Amino acid sequence: MNAAQTIRQNPIRKSRNYRRRQTKKAIINTISYILLITGAIISLIPFIWMISTSLKGRAEVFIYPPNFIPGTLRWDNYSSVFSTFPFFSYMRNTATVAVSVTIIQLVVSATAAYAFARLDFKGRNALFFLFLGTLMVPSQVTLIPSYIMMTDRFLALKGTLWALILPSGLGGVAFGTFMLRQFMLGIPKELEEAALIDGASPIVSFFKIILPLSKPALATLAVFTFMGSWNEFLWPLLMLERPELQTLTVGLAGLQTRWGTRWPELMAGSLVSIIPILLITLFAQRYFIRGIVVSGLKG
Amino acid sequence: MRKTPLKYVFIFLVPSLIGFTVFNIVPILSSLVLAFTKWDLLTPIKFVGINNFIQMFTKDPIFWPSLGRTLLYSSMSIPLGILTSLILALAMNRPLKGIAIFRVIYFVPYVSSMIAVSMVWKWLYNDQFGLINTFLSFLGLQPQSWLSNATLVIPSLVIMDVWKGAGFGMLIYLAALQGIPEQLYEAATVDGANAFQSFFKITLPLLGPAHFYMLVTGLINGFQVFDSVYLMTQGGPGFASRVFAYNLYQSAFRQFQMGYASSMAWFLFFIIFAVTLLQFKRLGGKVEYDVI
Repeated sequence: MNAAQTIRQNPIRKSRNYRRRQTKKAIINTISYILLITGAIISLIPFIWMISTSLKGRAEVFIYPPNFIPGTLRWDNYSSVFSTFPFFSYMRNTATVAVSVTIIQLVVSATAAYAFARLDFKGRNALFFLFLGTLMVPSQVTLIPSYIMMTDRFLALKGTLWALILPSGLGGVAFGTFMLRQFMLGIPKELEEAALIDGASPIVSFFKIILPLSKPALATLAVFTFMGSWNEFLWPLLMLERPELQTLTVGLAGLQTRWGTRWPELMAGSLVSIIPILLITLFAQRYFIRGIVVSGLKG
Repeated sequence: MRKTPLKYVFIFLVPSLIGFTVFNIVPILSSLVLAFTKWDLLTPIKFVGINNFIQMFTKDPIFWPSLGRTLLYSSMSIPLGILTSLILALAMNRPLKGIAIFRVIYFVPYVSSMIAVSMVWKWLYNDQFGLINTFLSFLGLQPQSWLSNATLVIPSLVIMDVWKGAGFGMLIYLAALQGIPEQLYEAATVDGANAFQSFFKITLPLLGPAHFYMLVTGLINGFQVFDSVYLMTQGGPGFASRVFAYNLYQSAFRQFQMGYASSMAWFLFFIIFAVTLLQFKRLGGKVEYDVI
Protein backbone atom coordinates (compact mmCIF):
# COMPACT_ATOMS: atom_id res chain seq x y z
CA MET A 1 0.00 0.00 0.00
CA ASN A 2 2.69 2.44 1.10
CA ALA A 3 4.93 1.71 -1.81
CA ALA A 4 2.09 2.05 -4.24
CA GLN A 5 1.20 5.45 -2.83
CA THR A 6 4.76 6.72 -3.03
CA ILE A 7 5.02 5.53 -6.58
CA ARG A 8 1.87 7.36 -7.56
CA GLN A 9 3.02 10.56 -5.88
CA ASN A 10 6.53 10.55 -7.24
CA PRO A 11 6.93 10.03 -10.99
CA ILE A 12 10.76 10.21 -10.90
CA ARG A 13 10.91 7.48 -8.25
CA LYS A 14 8.54 5.46 -10.35
CA SER A 15 10.70 5.50 -13.43
CA ARG A 16 13.85 4.72 -11.47
CA ASN A 17 12.12 1.83 -9.72
CA TYR A 18 10.78 0.67 -13.02
CA ARG A 19 14.21 0.77 -14.61
CA ARG A 20 15.78 -1.08 -11.72
CA ARG A 21 13.13 -3.75 -11.91
CA GLN A 22 13.66 -4.10 -15.64
CA THR A 23 17.42 -4.55 -15.18
CA LYS A 24 16.84 -7.13 -12.49
CA LYS A 25 14.44 -8.97 -14.73
CA ALA A 26 16.94 -8.92 -17.57
CA ILE A 27 19.67 -10.33 -15.31
CA ILE A 28 17.46 -13.14 -14.03
CA ASN A 29 16.34 -13.93 -17.56
CA THR A 30 19.91 -14.07 -18.78
CA ILE A 31 20.90 -16.42 -15.95
CA SER A 32 17.88 -18.56 -16.74
CA TYR A 33 18.85 -18.75 -20.39
CA ILE A 34 22.40 -19.72 -19.50
CA LEU A 35 21.13 -22.50 -17.23
CA LEU A 36 18.63 -23.70 -19.79
CA ILE A 37 21.19 -23.76 -22.58
CA THR A 38 23.76 -25.56 -20.42
CA GLY A 39 21.11 -28.11 -19.51
CA ALA A 40 20.16 -28.53 -23.15
CA ILE A 41 23.77 -29.04 -24.22
CA ILE A 42 24.34 -31.67 -21.51
CA SER A 43 21.09 -33.39 -22.44
CA LEU A 44 21.93 -33.52 -26.10
CA ILE A 45 25.70 -34.15 -26.23
CA PRO A 46 25.40 -37.91 -25.80
CA PHE A 47 22.92 -38.00 -28.68
CA ILE A 48 25.05 -35.79 -30.89
CA TRP A 49 27.97 -38.06 -30.09
CA MET A 50 25.78 -41.03 -30.94
CA ILE A 51 24.97 -39.58 -34.36
CA SER A 52 28.58 -38.55 -34.97
CA THR A 53 29.98 -41.97 -34.05
CA SER A 54 27.33 -43.76 -36.08
CA LEU A 55 28.66 -42.10 -39.24
CA LYS A 56 32.34 -42.78 -38.65
CA GLY A 57 34.59 -45.45 -40.05
CA ARG A 58 35.72 -48.17 -37.67
CA ALA A 59 39.25 -46.71 -37.37
CA GLU A 60 38.18 -43.10 -37.18
CA VAL A 61 36.46 -43.82 -33.87
CA PHE A 62 39.85 -44.30 -32.23
CA ILE A 63 41.45 -41.08 -33.40
CA TYR A 64 42.72 -38.67 -30.77
CA PRO A 65 41.53 -35.96 -30.37
CA PRO A 66 38.13 -37.10 -31.61
CA ASN A 67 36.28 -35.07 -34.21
CA PHE A 68 32.59 -34.36 -33.96
CA ILE A 69 32.09 -34.24 -37.70
CA PRO A 70 33.30 -37.42 -39.41
CA GLY A 71 35.75 -37.10 -42.31
CA THR A 72 33.57 -39.08 -44.65
CA LEU A 73 30.00 -39.93 -43.74
CA ARG A 74 29.77 -43.70 -43.56
CA TRP A 75 26.11 -44.36 -44.18
CA ASP A 76 26.95 -48.03 -44.72
CA ASN A 77 27.06 -48.45 -40.92
CA TYR A 78 23.30 -48.15 -41.06
CA SER A 79 22.93 -50.63 -43.88
CA SER A 80 25.13 -53.11 -42.02
CA VAL A 81 22.90 -52.77 -38.98
CA PHE A 82 19.83 -53.40 -41.07
CA SER A 83 21.38 -56.36 -42.88
CA THR A 84 23.08 -58.13 -39.94
CA PHE A 85 20.23 -57.77 -37.54
CA PRO A 86 16.56 -58.09 -38.42
CA PHE A 87 15.87 -54.56 -37.32
CA PHE A 88 12.60 -54.19 -39.14
CA SER A 89 11.27 -57.32 -37.55
CA TYR A 90 12.42 -56.08 -34.11
CA MET A 91 10.62 -52.85 -34.80
CA ARG A 92 7.51 -54.68 -35.93
CA ASN A 93 7.53 -56.91 -32.84
CA THR A 94 8.03 -53.95 -30.53
CA ALA A 95 5.25 -52.01 -32.22
CA THR A 96 2.90 -55.01 -32.14
CA VAL A 97 3.47 -55.49 -28.45
CA ALA A 98 3.29 -51.80 -27.55
CA VAL A 99 0.08 -51.19 -29.54
CA SER A 100 -1.62 -54.32 -28.20
CA VAL A 101 -0.63 -53.59 -24.63
CA THR A 102 -1.90 -50.03 -24.95
CA ILE A 103 -5.25 -51.05 -26.43
CA ILE A 104 -5.86 -53.81 -23.88
CA GLN A 105 -4.79 -51.56 -21.04
CA LEU A 106 -7.15 -48.77 -22.16
CA VAL A 107 -10.17 -51.04 -22.62
CA VAL A 108 -9.72 -52.88 -19.36
CA SER A 109 -8.85 -49.84 -17.28
CA ALA A 110 -11.61 -47.65 -18.69
CA THR A 111 -14.34 -50.19 -18.02
CA ALA A 112 -13.05 -50.87 -14.51
CA ALA A 113 -12.65 -47.18 -13.82
CA TYR A 114 -16.25 -46.57 -14.86
CA ALA A 115 -17.42 -49.31 -12.54
CA PHE A 116 -15.52 -47.82 -9.61
CA ALA A 117 -16.49 -44.24 -10.38
CA ARG A 118 -20.14 -44.60 -11.30
CA LEU A 119 -21.69 -47.99 -10.59
CA ASP A 120 -23.01 -48.91 -7.19
CA PHE A 121 -22.34 -52.43 -6.01
CA LYS A 122 -21.44 -54.33 -2.89
CA GLY A 123 -17.75 -54.42 -2.02
CA ARG A 124 -16.86 -51.64 -4.43
CA ASN A 125 -14.58 -49.76 -2.06
CA ALA A 126 -12.91 -52.90 -0.73
CA LEU A 127 -12.15 -54.04 -4.27
CA PHE A 128 -10.84 -50.61 -5.21
CA PHE A 129 -8.50 -50.60 -2.23
CA LEU A 130 -7.27 -54.03 -3.25
CA PHE A 131 -6.44 -52.58 -6.68
CA LEU A 132 -4.66 -49.66 -5.04
CA GLY A 133 -2.78 -51.94 -2.69
CA THR A 134 -1.13 -53.83 -5.52
CA LEU A 135 0.37 -50.58 -6.79
CA MET A 136 2.68 -50.74 -3.79
CA VAL A 137 3.99 -54.18 -4.69
CA PRO A 138 7.30 -53.86 -6.56
CA SER A 139 7.61 -55.65 -9.89
CA GLN A 140 10.33 -57.90 -8.43
CA VAL A 141 7.69 -59.64 -6.30
CA THR A 142 5.60 -60.72 -9.28
CA LEU A 143 8.57 -61.27 -11.59
CA ILE A 144 9.43 -64.80 -10.51
CA PRO A 145 5.91 -66.28 -10.33
CA SER A 146 5.01 -64.58 -13.61
CA TYR A 147 8.08 -66.14 -15.19
CA ILE A 148 7.15 -69.57 -13.91
CA MET A 149 3.56 -69.03 -15.05
CA MET A 150 4.70 -68.36 -18.62
CA THR A 151 6.83 -71.50 -18.87
CA ASP A 152 5.58 -74.81 -20.26
CA ARG A 153 4.58 -75.82 -16.76
CA PHE A 154 1.53 -73.54 -16.91
CA LEU A 155 0.51 -71.18 -19.72
CA ALA A 156 3.34 -72.15 -22.10
CA LEU A 157 3.49 -68.65 -23.58
CA LYS A 158 7.22 -68.10 -23.03
CA GLY A 159 8.88 -67.43 -26.35
CA THR A 160 5.79 -65.85 -27.91
CA LEU A 161 4.76 -62.22 -28.09
CA TRP A 162 1.69 -63.10 -26.00
CA ALA A 163 4.01 -63.46 -23.05
CA LEU A 164 4.74 -59.75 -23.37
CA ILE A 165 1.26 -58.56 -24.32
CA LEU A 166 -0.91 -60.28 -21.72
CA PRO A 167 0.91 -59.55 -18.45
CA SER A 168 1.56 -55.90 -19.31
CA GLY A 169 -1.83 -55.29 -20.91
CA LEU A 170 -4.00 -57.05 -18.35
CA GLY A 171 -1.67 -56.96 -15.37
CA GLY A 172 -1.06 -53.21 -15.50
CA VAL A 173 -4.74 -52.56 -14.89
CA ALA A 174 -4.40 -51.17 -11.35
CA PHE A 175 -2.60 -47.96 -12.26
CA GLY A 176 -4.78 -47.26 -15.31
CA THR A 177 -7.95 -47.88 -13.35
CA PHE A 178 -6.84 -45.59 -10.56
CA MET A 179 -5.89 -42.79 -12.93
CA LEU A 180 -9.02 -42.96 -15.06
CA ARG A 181 -11.30 -43.32 -12.05
CA GLN A 182 -9.92 -40.09 -10.58
CA PHE A 183 -10.61 -38.38 -13.87
CA MET A 184 -14.12 -39.79 -14.25
CA LEU A 185 -15.04 -38.72 -10.73
CA GLY A 186 -14.45 -35.17 -11.89
CA ILE A 187 -17.04 -35.42 -14.67
CA PRO A 188 -20.31 -33.85 -13.41
CA LYS A 189 -22.94 -36.48 -12.69
CA GLU A 190 -25.70 -34.32 -14.18
CA LEU A 191 -24.33 -34.95 -17.65
CA GLU A 192 -25.13 -38.61 -17.27
CA GLU A 193 -28.27 -38.41 -15.17
CA ALA A 194 -30.46 -37.00 -17.92
CA ALA A 195 -29.53 -39.92 -20.16
CA LEU A 196 -30.00 -42.50 -17.42
CA ILE A 197 -33.45 -41.08 -16.53
CA ASP A 198 -34.42 -41.36 -20.18
CA GLY A 199 -33.78 -45.07 -19.78
CA ALA A 200 -30.28 -45.38 -21.25
CA SER A 201 -28.26 -48.25 -19.84
CA PRO A 202 -24.87 -47.67 -18.20
CA ILE A 203 -23.31 -49.12 -21.34
CA VAL A 204 -24.83 -46.43 -23.52
CA SER A 205 -23.90 -43.74 -21.05
CA PHE A 206 -20.34 -45.07 -20.85
CA PHE A 207 -19.85 -44.99 -24.61
CA LYS A 208 -21.82 -41.83 -25.39
CA ILE A 209 -20.96 -39.61 -22.46
CA ILE A 210 -18.12 -40.76 -20.24
CA LEU A 211 -15.68 -42.05 -22.85
CA PRO A 212 -15.77 -38.98 -25.09
CA LEU A 213 -15.29 -36.71 -22.07
CA SER A 214 -12.38 -38.83 -20.81
CA LYS A 215 -10.34 -38.42 -23.98
CA PRO A 216 -7.52 -36.39 -22.41
CA ALA A 217 -7.04 -38.90 -19.59
CA LEU A 218 -7.21 -41.81 -22.04
CA ALA A 219 -4.61 -40.18 -24.26
CA THR A 220 -2.31 -39.61 -21.30
CA LEU A 221 -2.61 -43.21 -20.21
CA ALA A 222 -2.08 -44.38 -23.79
CA VAL A 223 1.13 -42.41 -24.24
CA PHE A 224 2.51 -43.62 -20.93
CA THR A 225 1.63 -47.25 -21.48
CA PHE A 226 3.05 -47.17 -24.97
CA MET A 227 6.33 -45.68 -23.85
CA GLY A 228 6.66 -48.10 -20.95
CA SER A 229 6.07 -51.05 -23.20
CA TRP A 230 8.37 -49.79 -25.96
CA ASN A 231 11.29 -49.40 -23.54
CA GLU A 232 10.72 -52.48 -21.43
CA PHE A 233 13.85 -54.56 -21.10
CA LEU A 234 14.03 -57.25 -18.42
CA TRP A 235 10.73 -59.00 -19.10
CA PRO A 236 11.25 -59.35 -22.88
CA LEU A 237 14.81 -60.48 -22.15
CA LEU A 238 13.46 -63.31 -19.98
CA MET A 239 10.63 -64.23 -22.32
CA LEU A 240 12.11 -64.13 -25.81
CA GLU A 241 14.86 -66.35 -27.09
CA ARG A 242 14.26 -66.78 -30.79
CA PRO A 243 15.96 -63.89 -32.61
CA GLU A 244 13.11 -63.32 -35.06
CA LEU A 245 10.70 -62.65 -32.21
CA GLN A 246 12.85 -60.24 -30.25
CA THR A 247 11.99 -56.65 -29.50
CA LEU A 248 14.21 -53.63 -30.10
CA THR A 249 15.60 -53.40 -26.58
CA VAL A 250 16.55 -57.07 -26.38
CA GLY A 251 17.82 -57.10 -29.95
CA LEU A 252 20.04 -54.12 -29.25
CA ALA A 253 21.46 -55.81 -26.17
CA GLY A 254 22.22 -58.79 -28.41
CA LEU A 255 23.95 -56.48 -30.87
CA GLN A 256 26.17 -55.32 -28.06
CA THR A 257 27.08 -58.86 -26.99
CA ARG A 258 27.87 -59.79 -30.55
CA TRP A 259 29.67 -56.67 -31.74
CA GLY A 260 31.44 -55.69 -28.54
CA THR A 261 33.20 -52.48 -29.46
CA ARG A 262 32.09 -51.87 -33.01
CA TRP A 263 30.91 -48.48 -31.83
CA PRO A 264 29.75 -47.01 -35.16
CA GLU A 265 27.32 -49.85 -35.80
CA LEU A 266 26.21 -49.95 -32.16
CA MET A 267 25.48 -46.22 -32.20
CA ALA A 268 23.62 -46.51 -35.50
CA GLY A 269 21.48 -49.26 -34.01
CA SER A 270 20.79 -47.28 -30.83
CA LEU A 271 19.79 -44.22 -32.78
CA VAL A 272 17.42 -46.09 -35.05
CA SER A 273 15.81 -47.76 -32.05
CA ILE A 274 14.90 -44.52 -30.29
CA ILE A 275 13.63 -42.53 -33.28
CA PRO A 276 10.02 -43.82 -33.14
CA ILE A 277 9.59 -43.04 -29.46
CA LEU A 278 11.17 -39.61 -29.93
CA LEU A 279 8.68 -38.78 -32.68
CA ILE A 280 5.79 -39.94 -30.53
CA THR A 281 6.98 -37.83 -27.62
CA LEU A 282 7.24 -34.83 -29.84
CA PHE A 283 3.70 -35.15 -31.09
CA ALA A 284 2.10 -36.29 -27.85
CA GLN A 285 4.04 -33.93 -25.59
CA ARG A 286 0.97 -32.37 -24.06
CA TYR A 287 -0.46 -35.68 -22.81
CA PHE A 288 2.88 -36.79 -21.68
CA ILE A 289 3.44 -33.78 -19.49
CA ARG A 290 -0.02 -33.96 -18.03
CA GLY A 291 0.58 -37.62 -17.24
CA ILE A 292 3.73 -36.93 -15.29
CA VAL A 293 2.13 -34.14 -13.33
CA VAL A 294 -0.95 -36.25 -12.54
CA SER A 295 1.02 -39.32 -11.55
CA GLY A 296 3.49 -37.23 -9.64
CA LEU A 297 1.57 -34.88 -7.45
CA LYS A 298 -1.76 -36.56 -7.01
CA GLY A 299 -1.04 -40.25 -7.36
CA MET B 1 -27.19 -43.63 -5.97
CA ARG B 2 -29.37 -46.55 -7.02
CA LYS B 3 -27.94 -50.04 -6.98
CA THR B 4 -26.76 -50.90 -10.46
CA PRO B 5 -28.23 -54.09 -11.92
CA LEU B 6 -25.67 -56.84 -11.37
CA LYS B 7 -25.53 -57.55 -15.09
CA TYR B 8 -23.81 -54.21 -15.76
CA VAL B 9 -21.42 -54.56 -12.87
CA PHE B 10 -20.29 -57.83 -14.39
CA ILE B 11 -19.88 -56.43 -17.87
CA PHE B 12 -17.72 -53.57 -16.67
CA LEU B 13 -15.69 -55.44 -14.11
CA VAL B 14 -15.04 -58.87 -15.59
CA PRO B 15 -12.23 -57.96 -18.01
CA SER B 16 -10.24 -56.14 -15.35
CA LEU B 17 -10.93 -58.77 -12.70
CA ILE B 18 -9.56 -61.52 -14.93
CA GLY B 19 -6.39 -59.58 -15.60
CA PHE B 20 -6.06 -58.44 -12.03
CA THR B 21 -6.48 -61.95 -10.62
CA VAL B 22 -4.29 -63.81 -13.11
CA PHE B 23 -1.48 -61.29 -13.40
CA ASN B 24 -1.52 -59.59 -10.01
CA ILE B 25 -3.20 -61.55 -7.24
CA VAL B 26 -2.03 -65.04 -8.26
CA PRO B 27 1.62 -64.00 -8.75
CA ILE B 28 1.66 -62.03 -5.50
CA LEU B 29 0.26 -64.91 -3.49
CA SER B 30 2.52 -67.46 -5.20
CA SER B 31 5.51 -65.28 -4.52
CA LEU B 32 4.56 -65.16 -0.87
CA VAL B 33 4.49 -68.97 -0.80
CA LEU B 34 7.73 -69.26 -2.78
CA ALA B 35 9.49 -67.06 -0.24
CA PHE B 36 9.29 -69.96 2.21
CA THR B 37 10.54 -72.61 -0.18
CA LYS B 38 13.65 -73.80 -1.94
CA TRP B 39 13.13 -74.39 -5.64
CA ASP B 40 15.43 -74.52 -8.66
CA LEU B 41 12.59 -75.29 -11.13
CA LEU B 42 14.08 -78.75 -11.80
CA THR B 43 13.94 -80.70 -8.56
CA PRO B 44 10.69 -80.81 -6.53
CA ILE B 45 9.81 -77.73 -4.53
CA LYS B 46 10.74 -77.92 -0.83
CA PHE B 47 9.30 -75.96 2.10
CA VAL B 48 12.01 -74.53 4.29
CA GLY B 49 10.09 -72.27 6.65
CA ILE B 50 11.89 -69.02 7.42
CA ASN B 51 15.28 -70.44 6.42
CA ASN B 52 15.52 -68.13 3.40
CA PHE B 53 15.21 -65.11 5.63
CA ILE B 54 17.72 -66.48 8.13
CA GLN B 55 20.11 -67.14 5.25
CA MET B 56 19.52 -63.63 3.87
CA PHE B 57 19.99 -61.74 7.13
CA THR B 58 22.71 -63.76 8.80
CA LYS B 59 24.64 -65.93 6.34
CA ASP B 60 24.58 -64.52 2.82
CA PRO B 61 27.80 -62.51 2.40
CA ILE B 62 26.38 -60.64 -0.59
CA PHE B 63 23.01 -59.51 0.73
CA TRP B 64 23.90 -56.68 3.13
CA PRO B 65 26.65 -55.26 0.91
CA SER B 66 24.21 -55.17 -2.01
CA LEU B 67 21.76 -53.26 0.16
CA GLY B 68 24.56 -50.92 1.21
CA ARG B 69 25.46 -50.21 -2.41
CA THR B 70 21.82 -49.48 -3.15
CA LEU B 71 21.70 -46.96 -0.33
CA LEU B 72 24.97 -45.45 -1.48
CA TYR B 73 23.48 -45.13 -4.94
CA SER B 74 20.34 -43.42 -3.59
CA SER B 75 22.32 -41.15 -1.29
CA MET B 76 23.96 -39.70 -4.39
CA SER B 77 21.20 -39.91 -6.98
CA ILE B 78 18.47 -38.33 -4.84
CA PRO B 79 20.21 -35.06 -3.87
CA LEU B 80 21.81 -34.72 -7.28
CA GLY B 81 18.49 -35.41 -9.01
CA ILE B 82 16.65 -32.91 -6.81
CA LEU B 83 19.27 -30.24 -7.39
CA THR B 84 19.40 -30.52 -11.19
CA SER B 85 15.62 -30.82 -11.53
CA LEU B 86 15.03 -27.82 -9.28
CA ILE B 87 17.55 -25.63 -11.11
CA LEU B 88 16.06 -26.51 -14.47
CA ALA B 89 12.53 -25.94 -13.20
CA LEU B 90 13.39 -22.53 -11.74
CA ALA B 91 14.85 -21.48 -15.08
CA MET B 92 11.88 -22.98 -16.96
CA ASN B 93 9.44 -21.12 -14.74
CA ARG B 94 10.26 -17.79 -16.36
CA PRO B 95 8.27 -16.38 -19.25
CA LEU B 96 11.07 -16.74 -21.77
CA LYS B 97 10.95 -17.08 -25.52
CA GLY B 98 11.52 -20.56 -26.92
CA ILE B 99 10.90 -22.27 -23.58
CA ALA B 100 8.93 -25.09 -25.20
CA ILE B 101 11.99 -26.20 -27.15
CA PHE B 102 13.95 -26.68 -23.95
CA ARG B 103 11.19 -28.80 -22.48
CA VAL B 104 11.32 -31.12 -25.49
CA ILE B 105 15.10 -31.34 -25.27
CA TYR B 106 15.09 -32.31 -21.58
CA PHE B 107 12.65 -35.03 -22.44
CA VAL B 108 14.83 -36.73 -25.01
CA PRO B 109 16.94 -38.64 -22.44
CA TYR B 110 13.90 -39.50 -20.36
CA VAL B 111 11.94 -41.20 -23.14
CA SER B 112 14.88 -42.99 -24.74
CA SER B 113 15.28 -46.63 -23.80
CA MET B 114 17.88 -47.46 -21.17
CA ILE B 115 19.63 -49.80 -23.57
CA ALA B 116 20.22 -47.11 -26.21
CA VAL B 117 21.24 -44.61 -23.57
CA SER B 118 23.56 -46.97 -21.72
CA MET B 119 25.26 -47.96 -24.94
CA VAL B 120 26.24 -44.39 -25.72
CA TRP B 121 27.24 -43.75 -22.10
CA LYS B 122 29.44 -46.82 -22.14
CA TRP B 123 31.11 -45.27 -25.13
CA LEU B 124 31.33 -41.86 -23.43
CA TYR B 125 32.87 -43.51 -20.35
CA ASN B 126 35.35 -45.53 -22.44
CA ASP B 127 38.79 -45.51 -20.79
CA GLN B 128 40.90 -44.63 -23.81
CA PHE B 129 38.68 -43.09 -26.45
CA GLY B 130 35.65 -41.92 -24.44
CA LEU B 131 34.53 -38.34 -24.84
CA ILE B 132 34.57 -37.74 -21.07
CA ASN B 133 38.20 -38.75 -20.62
CA THR B 134 39.15 -36.80 -23.72
CA PHE B 135 37.54 -33.76 -22.17
CA LEU B 136 39.32 -34.37 -18.86
CA SER B 137 42.73 -34.59 -20.48
CA PHE B 138 41.90 -31.50 -22.50
CA LEU B 139 41.43 -29.73 -19.17
CA GLY B 140 44.72 -31.20 -17.96
CA LEU B 141 43.00 -33.63 -15.58
CA GLN B 142 43.71 -37.30 -15.03
CA PRO B 143 41.52 -39.64 -17.13
CA GLN B 144 39.55 -42.17 -15.08
CA SER B 145 38.39 -45.71 -15.66
CA TRP B 146 34.80 -44.87 -14.88
CA LEU B 147 33.12 -48.22 -15.14
CA SER B 148 35.97 -50.50 -14.16
CA ASN B 149 37.04 -48.69 -11.00
CA ALA B 150 35.31 -50.05 -7.91
CA THR B 151 34.88 -46.66 -6.24
CA LEU B 152 33.84 -44.79 -9.38
CA VAL B 153 31.38 -47.27 -10.82
CA ILE B 154 28.38 -46.31 -8.66
CA PRO B 155 28.90 -42.54 -9.11
CA SER B 156 29.21 -43.17 -12.86
CA LEU B 157 25.87 -44.97 -12.92
CA VAL B 158 24.36 -42.19 -10.80
CA ILE B 159 25.52 -39.50 -13.23
CA MET B 160 23.91 -41.30 -16.12
CA ASP B 161 20.65 -41.89 -14.28
CA VAL B 162 20.45 -38.29 -13.06
CA TRP B 163 21.06 -37.13 -16.62
CA LYS B 164 18.28 -39.41 -17.84
CA GLY B 165 15.75 -38.45 -15.18
CA ALA B 166 16.29 -34.69 -14.93
CA GLY B 167 13.48 -33.90 -17.39
CA PHE B 168 11.01 -35.83 -15.28
CA GLY B 169 11.98 -34.17 -12.01
CA MET B 170 11.98 -30.80 -13.73
CA LEU B 171 8.31 -31.25 -14.63
CA ILE B 172 7.38 -32.23 -11.10
CA TYR B 173 9.03 -29.10 -9.74
CA LEU B 174 7.65 -26.93 -12.51
CA ALA B 175 4.10 -28.01 -11.69
CA ALA B 176 4.74 -27.29 -8.01
CA LEU B 177 6.31 -23.89 -8.78
CA GLN B 178 3.33 -22.89 -10.87
CA GLY B 179 1.09 -23.76 -7.95
CA ILE B 180 2.66 -21.10 -5.73
CA PRO B 181 0.43 -18.02 -5.78
CA GLU B 182 2.05 -14.88 -7.21
CA GLN B 183 0.53 -12.78 -4.39
CA LEU B 184 2.92 -14.34 -1.88
CA TYR B 185 5.90 -12.93 -3.75
CA GLU B 186 4.21 -9.56 -4.21
CA ALA B 187 3.46 -9.36 -0.52
CA ALA B 188 7.05 -10.26 0.33
CA THR B 189 8.41 -7.61 -2.04
CA VAL B 190 6.16 -4.99 -0.48
CA ASP B 191 7.49 -6.04 2.91
CA GLY B 192 11.00 -5.42 1.62
CA ALA B 193 12.18 -9.01 1.03
CA ASN B 194 14.87 -9.48 -1.59
CA ALA B 195 15.01 -12.25 -4.16
CA PHE B 196 17.11 -14.54 -1.95
CA GLN B 197 14.79 -14.16 1.00
CA SER B 198 11.78 -14.85 -1.21
CA PHE B 199 13.43 -17.96 -2.55
CA PHE B 200 14.47 -19.41 0.80
CA LYS B 201 11.40 -18.34 2.78
CA ILE B 202 8.66 -18.85 0.20
CA THR B 203 9.71 -20.97 -2.76
CA LEU B 204 11.72 -23.70 -1.04
CA PRO B 205 9.31 -24.37 1.86
CA LEU B 206 6.26 -24.35 -0.41
CA LEU B 207 7.91 -26.92 -2.66
CA GLY B 208 7.79 -29.30 0.32
CA PRO B 209 5.40 -31.83 -1.24
CA ALA B 210 7.49 -31.91 -4.43
CA HIS B 211 10.72 -32.45 -2.50
CA PHE B 212 9.04 -35.20 -0.60
CA TYR B 213 7.72 -36.83 -3.74
CA MET B 214 11.18 -36.74 -5.28
CA LEU B 215 12.64 -38.28 -2.14
CA VAL B 216 10.10 -41.10 -1.99
CA THR B 217 10.22 -41.97 -5.68
CA GLY B 218 14.00 -41.63 -5.56
CA LEU B 219 14.18 -44.19 -2.75
CA ILE B 220 11.75 -46.57 -4.42
CA ASN B 221 13.45 -46.31 -7.82
CA GLY B 222 16.87 -46.62 -6.21
CA PHE B 223 15.93 -50.01 -4.83
CA GLN B 224 14.80 -51.12 -8.25
CA VAL B 225 17.75 -49.94 -10.35
CA PHE B 226 18.44 -52.79 -12.71
CA ASP B 227 18.58 -52.04 -16.44
CA SER B 228 21.54 -49.67 -16.29
CA VAL B 229 23.54 -52.05 -14.08
CA TYR B 230 22.76 -55.06 -16.22
CA LEU B 231 23.64 -53.25 -19.42
CA MET B 232 26.72 -51.35 -18.34
CA THR B 233 28.55 -53.23 -15.62
CA GLN B 234 26.87 -56.60 -14.96
CA GLY B 235 27.33 -55.78 -11.31
CA GLY B 236 31.08 -55.37 -11.70
CA PRO B 237 33.93 -54.75 -11.41
CA GLY B 238 33.86 -57.69 -9.00
CA PHE B 239 30.79 -57.00 -6.90
CA ALA B 240 31.25 -53.22 -6.85
CA SER B 241 27.94 -52.40 -8.56
CA ARG B 242 25.94 -55.46 -7.56
CA VAL B 243 22.97 -53.53 -6.21
CA PHE B 244 19.85 -55.01 -4.66
CA ALA B 245 17.71 -55.59 -7.76
CA TYR B 246 20.63 -56.94 -9.76
CA ASN B 247 21.50 -59.30 -6.93
CA LEU B 248 17.91 -60.52 -6.91
CA TYR B 249 18.00 -61.10 -10.66
CA GLN B 250 21.25 -63.04 -10.34
CA SER B 251 19.94 -65.37 -7.70
CA ALA B 252 16.65 -65.94 -9.55
CA PHE B 253 17.75 -66.29 -13.15
CA ARG B 254 21.43 -67.19 -12.93
CA GLN B 255 21.50 -69.43 -9.87
CA PHE B 256 17.84 -70.45 -10.17
CA GLN B 257 17.14 -69.95 -6.48
CA MET B 258 13.50 -69.07 -7.04
CA GLY B 259 12.57 -69.36 -3.37
CA TYR B 260 15.47 -67.35 -2.06
CA ALA B 261 14.99 -64.61 -4.67
CA SER B 262 11.31 -64.42 -3.73
CA SER B 263 12.16 -63.80 -0.10
CA MET B 264 14.46 -60.99 -1.21
CA ALA B 265 11.58 -59.54 -3.25
CA TRP B 266 9.40 -59.54 -0.14
CA PHE B 267 12.09 -57.81 1.83
CA LEU B 268 12.01 -55.15 -0.88
CA PHE B 269 8.24 -54.96 -0.59
CA PHE B 270 8.49 -54.22 3.12
CA ILE B 271 10.94 -51.41 2.53
CA ILE B 272 8.73 -49.86 -0.14
CA PHE B 273 5.67 -50.36 2.04
CA ALA B 274 7.34 -48.52 4.91
CA VAL B 275 8.40 -45.66 2.65
CA THR B 276 4.89 -45.37 1.20
CA LEU B 277 3.30 -45.36 4.65
CA LEU B 278 5.63 -42.55 5.57
CA GLN B 279 4.41 -40.69 2.51
CA PHE B 280 0.75 -41.12 3.41
CA LYS B 281 1.42 -39.97 6.94
CA ARG B 282 3.22 -36.94 5.62
CA LEU B 283 0.51 -36.13 3.08
CA GLY B 284 -2.01 -36.15 5.94
CA GLY B 285 -0.37 -32.99 7.22
CA LYS B 286 0.10 -31.48 3.79
CA VAL B 287 1.04 -27.82 3.66
CA GLU B 288 -1.78 -25.60 2.49
CA TYR B 289 -0.78 -22.48 0.69
CA ASP B 290 -4.02 -20.90 -0.31
CA VAL B 291 -4.14 -17.18 0.06
CA ILE B 292 -7.33 -15.89 1.56
